[in-house]
Amino acid sequence: MYRYLIVLLVMLLPFEVFAINAEDVMKKSQAAFLYQGKDFKARVIMKLISKGGQERTRELTMLRKNFGEAGGAQKFFMYFFQPADVKDMTFMVYKYPAKDDDRWLFIPAINMVRRIAAQDKTSSFVGSDFTYEDVSGRDIQDDTHAILKEEKLGARDCYVVKSTPKKGDVDYAHKLSWVDKGNFLPLKEEYYDKKGELSRVFTADEIKIIKGFPTITKRMMKNLLSGHRTEVTYSKADYNIGIEDSLFSERYLKQPPKKWIE
Amino acid sequence: MNNPFYKGHCEASAPSPASCGETREFRLNPAWSRVYLLLLFFVLCFPPSIYAADVSIHGFFQGNYSLGSRANPDGGDFKWAEERVQIRLDASKEPFRLFLKTDAFYDHIDEKAQIELREGYIDHVEKKWDLRAGRQIITWGLGDLIFINDVFPKDYEAFFSGRPLEYMKKGVDAVKLGAYPEFAAFEFIVIPIFEPNNYTNEKRFYMFDPMPGVTNRGEKDPPSNLENTEFALRAYRDIAGFDAAIYLYRGFYRKPYMIPDDINSTTKITYHYPKLSVYGASLQGRALDGVLSLEAGYYDSRQDSSGTDYTVPNSQTKFLIGYQRQLWEDFTIGLQFYNEYMHDYSGYKKNQPSGLPKDKKLYQLATVRLTQMLMHQTLKLSLFSFYSTSDGDYMLNPEIKYNFSDHIWAAIGANVFGGGEKWSQFGQLDKNDNIYLQARYEF
Repeated sequence: MYRYLIVLLVMLLPFEVFAINAEDVMKKSQAAFLYQGKDFKARVIMKLISKGGQERTRELTMLRKNFGEAGGAQKFFMYFFQPADVKDMTFMVYKYPAKDDDRWLFIPAINMVRRIAAQDKTSSFVGSDFTYEDVSGRDIQDDTHAILKEEKLGARDCYVVKSTPKKGDVDYAHKLSWVDKGNFLPLKEEYYDKKGELSRVFTADEIKIIKGFPTITKRMMKNLLSGHRTEVTYSKADYNIGIEDSLFSERYLKQPPKKWIE
Repeated sequence: MNNPFYKGHCEASAPSPASCGETREFRLNPAWSRVYLLLLFFVLCFPPSIYAADVSIHGFFQGNYSLGSRANPDGGDFKWAEERVQIRLDASKEPFRLFLKTDAFYDHIDEKAQIELREGYIDHVEKKWDLRAGRQIITWGLGDLIFINDVFPKDYEAFFSGRPLEYMKKGVDAVKLGAYPEFAAFEFIVIPIFEPNNYTNEKRFYMFDPMPGVTNRGEKDPPSNLENTEFALRAYRDIAGFDAAIYLYRGFYRKPYMIPDDINSTTKITYHYPKLSVYGASLQGRALDGVLSLEAGYYDSRQDSSGTDYTVPNSQTKFLIGYQRQLWEDFTIGLQFYNEYMHDYSGYKKNQPSGLPKDKKLYQLATVRLTQMLMHQTLKLSLFSFYSTSDGDYMLNPEIKYNFSDHIWAAIGANVFGGGEKWSQFGQLDKNDNIYLQARYEF
């Protein structure tokens, strides 16, 4: 009888008392990294820097709205300022859990919206070292997760989680993530290729609290094999700004409202 | 000189030249010049701060040259050779927006400099509707260089001469009303002034002409009046994850058809643009790990409902299926298959004058587009090809484009034509193979 009572009491204790499991760490990390707020807006500047130091700039406004819980459906709207040959282009993504995205691109020179076929897994986002998946997230269920250890990264206590893709649908064999125990943001990620070599490294280089949400405002992805890296800065980041559902439509792809893209 | 006995296949591959003699130019007429100058004055004379508008100016400098594999009919070597500057002015103050896209260029072949208003319109945007008035580029339908429900004017000369693809679309002077109720979105377009397609220039391109001896040629445009005002409607919405649209159009063929004064001993040919209505639909969505597109249209040739008048095309049903998929990183393949079925074919066969080429009842065209991006998407290798499975002719367009920096890019490519008959779509362009260079500095 006492045995059952103890089990019951234990079950009523707050979850944190137990060592959190790896999948929950990654779920919380996904929520903190990609699903904060009802919606989100930022001016994104990406610097693509080659090994030799040649720099190219991609500048866009990114708008995101959640439709459901963390891990659920999201819609993205992007408006490009730079480079000059893609100025005024807009790009829209409907992201679904466990299903391929829908994507549309608007080409202003011929006033045409067209769906584009692209796969998230390995496609580079606008030529950068980030893949689409790095930008908009990967389904937690696509990987098996294990906490390898807990350690400090700088001054922050982290879980170090190893995520191994269940299918060979990506160009890495596994990933190590340093997830901040406090805010669950990924502070560092290491991608290992199929030969076991470290191929790409992600670092969160600046974190700001915006409307109460810890937000990575500077990040970098470095490809160790090519020496190419991409530095990303978010400015004018904001949450819960009341983006209407109607923004994510062909109408506004063709005529992006100034109030959202500026 | 010109060929347009040729009944229209898919518009994309219709190289028949336009209006007799003079290539029709799409330039500022005096009335538009005045409106344009007034607008420009209005925008430039007042510093933005005075009326608190948001003004931006962008554009490019461009060199564009296309060298033929053999001398042109008039002896020249180049199909295209020009330097061009484009200025895009965008000024907005909600709920209004003004957009002007103006090109100035120097054409080395005809040795002339010109200004061209490519687009110039005013937008008024409200929550549930918007209005765009002025010269605008409108693109409808799903085809990749195959147009069924895109009934708006095009410039095939630009396409066959190796100009950047955006120059294949011409603006129309029109009013567009957009309405966005909950259940669907609508675009309703009114075009008061008829604008035909532009086809290849007979001085620069070899083309089939069934009556090369007839030099007296004239053109008859539909006069601009209320009765001839063109209307186009597109309604679209999402249906189960697919983008669905229906299209209606009432206006004219934009390709000229010829009327000989006497078919047995022709001394004069008059080109005209027969009346046309189009009823169409399209569906596009994710399928088979890619994007699947379906589009169909019924072309109702209103001046020849029985199909017996050889100076007017017969009614047709057009159908397109397309599929696009990314096979590996930054490599995409696009496939299309197009069918064009001629109605009242027996009437056509009986009435088509002897000595003139006869179209098949069913015209078929397949296209393949391959695109590989490399070097962080700064280098693009692409190949577009048309092959008509019914006529046996083809066009190939390989291209390499490289972005040297965020502001400078250049592309070199080729247009290669052949196969089929001397009057078929691409077959007649056999002697017009060309290689081209496009180089642009954008700001």
